[in-house]
Amino acid sequence: MVRVMLAVAALVLAASLAAAQSNPIAARKALMKANGDQAKIGAAIAKGDARFDLAKVQAIFATFLDAAEKAPALFPDNSKTGGKTEALPAIWKNKADFEARLAKLGADAKAAQAEVKDLATFKAIWSELIRKNCTGCHEKYVQKN
Amino acid sequence: MLRKLVIAVAVLAVLGGVAFWFLTIPQTVSAAALGPHRPDLANGRTMFIAGGCSGCHAVPGEDDKTRLGGGLALKSPFGTFYVPNISPDRRDGIGAWSEADFVTALTKGTSPDGRHYYPAFPYTSYQRMRLDDLRDLFAYLKTLPAVSGTVRDHDMAFPFGFRRGLGLWKLVNLDGVPFVPDPAKSATLNRGAYLVEGPGHCAECHSPRNFIGGIVAAQRFAGGPNPEGKGWIPNITPKGLGDWSEKDIAYLLESGQTLEGDAVGGSMAEVVRHTAQLAAEDRTAIAAYIKSLPPVEGARPTKK
Repeated sequence: MVRVMLAVAALVLAASLAAAQSNPIAARKALMKANGDQAKIGAAIAKGDARFDLAKVQAIFATFLDAAEKAPALFPDNSKTGGKTEALPAIWKNKADFEARLAKLGADAKAAQAEVKDLATFKAIWSELIRKNCTGCHEKYVQKN
Repeated sequence: MLRKLVIAVAVLAVLGGVAFWFLTIPQTVSAAALGPHRPDLANGRTMFIAGGCSGCHAVPGEDDKTRLGGGLALKSPFGTFYVPNISPDRRDGIGAWSEADFVTALTKGTSPDGRHYYPAFPYTSYQRMRLDDLRDLFAYLKTLPAVSGTVRDHDMAFPFGFRRGLGLWKLVNLDGVPFVPDPAKSATLNRGAYLVEGPGHCAECHSPRNFIGGIVAAQRFAGGPNPEGKGWIPNITPKGLGDWSEKDIAYLLESGQTLEGDAVGGSMAEVVRHTAQLAAEDRTAIAAYIKSLPPVEGARPTKK
């Protein structure tokens, strides 16, 4: 049973890696979905709905960092449309700004990994991290349908 | 017979014209009506933030959001509005305005030279603001940097370039009633109601509009298609927000993050830039009031 599950997991992993190369829209959507899921965990802690857990919080920042590192390669010129993308054409018009924002997300995630030790240090940076990175970028580059 | 008819039509036309002229006279607030006031600049800044003034009036593309030189283009079904300069520049901004001019603009939608403003400037909400808050806001605006340069005229589709007609629009859409707290409700709810219905002007975007651009009262806060272009303005009554808690709403106003883990985009990102600067108690108050709105079933986007 375990072997079957491992085999399935390996297949899923292989398929998603292949998808990243052949289908950048699906790949970047997966990254943003992961960011969103992690951000929800952080939101629950920030709102006091969940207890602070350093391991979980570090996993959030690791996910953000991962997305910031992988995302720049996932917006090739041939991925402007299709696949239900919500990416706005503004991304390709302002590629330098877009990539600078992803770099800032990476830098902020790294800084957060070093700074956050407990609930107080987490709350000190969290909502601003989300607002300046996620919200700031969605303002210019995401079309909600 | 024909002569009598012509005379009758002419008389009616004159009477109609006179009635139109009287009905569309731009209303003003006189300086004598204001009384003494000592400006509270901190409160003025709070009103500036709650009103999101810089969201429209800051010079587009500049980092300094206190330079209110205007120039942003606002597309609408009636034409394109170009946001005016409200910096304290004496020639190009509001530096030469009196307090009464300012109160008149925000509550009556009338310019110092006696013309109607288009309701793209949300005076339908600002008319709810307390006089003291308006005067504090005016005093605060005067402390910001003067920016020179006038903004081009609006580019309106026929017949909306004819401003006098807005007097009729105001008869229907501008009731002149200030915010009145409800003594049966908590201080928090009243504060939230004031911020949402007055300076925050949330309903201006979060409600559908009728063919003349007035808010559809029965659908207030129920969202609808984005008048600025693509996308959908969400229903923020309980029908739209479902199981969002007050905390979830307040958290969105601080971070821009939705309950689904997504980040708000478009104009709401700009709104969050302001609400994040409010006192936490004000965000809580806004959330409490939003949560208390009557549920309204709004239009829904057609699925693709």
